Amino acid sequence: MTVIIFDKPFDPWDELQRYQDQHAEMVGRFGATAVFVGSMRDFNENENVHAMTLEHYPGMTERHLEVICEAAVKQWQLLETLVIHRVGDLQPGEPIVLVAVWSAHRAAAFEASRHIMEDLKSKAPFWKKESLNNGHRWVSKNTPGTT
Amino acid sequence: MSIQIKLFASLAESLQRREATLDFEQGMTVGSVWSNLSAGADAPDEIMAAINMAYCEMETQLQDGDELAFFPPVTGG
Repeated sequence: MTVIIFDKPFDPWDELQRYQDQHAEMVGRFGATAVFVGSMRDFNENENVHAMTLEHYPGMTERHLEVICEAAVKQWQLLETLVIHRVGDLQPGEPIVLVAVWSAHRAAAFEASRHIMEDLKSKAPFWKKESLNNGHRWVSKNTPGTT
Repeated sequence: MSIQIKLFASLAESLQRREATLDFEQGMTVGSVWSNLSAGADAPDEIMAAINMAYCEMETQLQDGDELAFFPPVTGG
């Protein structure tokens, strides 16, 4: 179970492959890997977004994500979890977040990855500030996680 | 005998500070600290607070040496 906060761009697919390679003990035990990658859009609420700054609460953010993952591991009997989140200055297209879980069966993987992501969106202390055509604005709330 | 306060994001901008220290007083609550910081202004409806990096309520009482954080609704992911 690993939580990483990066202040520089990261490649989620490289990180995923590296993490799986480092956990050879899982080979043969997992039948499902669910991966969510969230990336920065160049639009939000009918405005062009040129750049974004992500702020966090060092210490509390990592602790909160670890608690979410520990609970998910117990609830769904996961083999491993990896959560990576960006902070600092971002450009459109850059990955913001990676949530990956490994489990024996797909139901646990799907449910746990969604649970971790939704909890992160509603409780993990991160804040987005967008650069628009005419200045800046703080994002006041996240979009719903269901359609 | 003090409380360390941290402010984040839009709240830090509106109060024009990111950190503060207040003398600890018995019976202090999260809400009373906010009133002190904001010169009596009501807390924003959706304000969030954490003591020692764990979520708390505005009515929660503080202990000497606590770290208290105020921030707006989170928007990560």
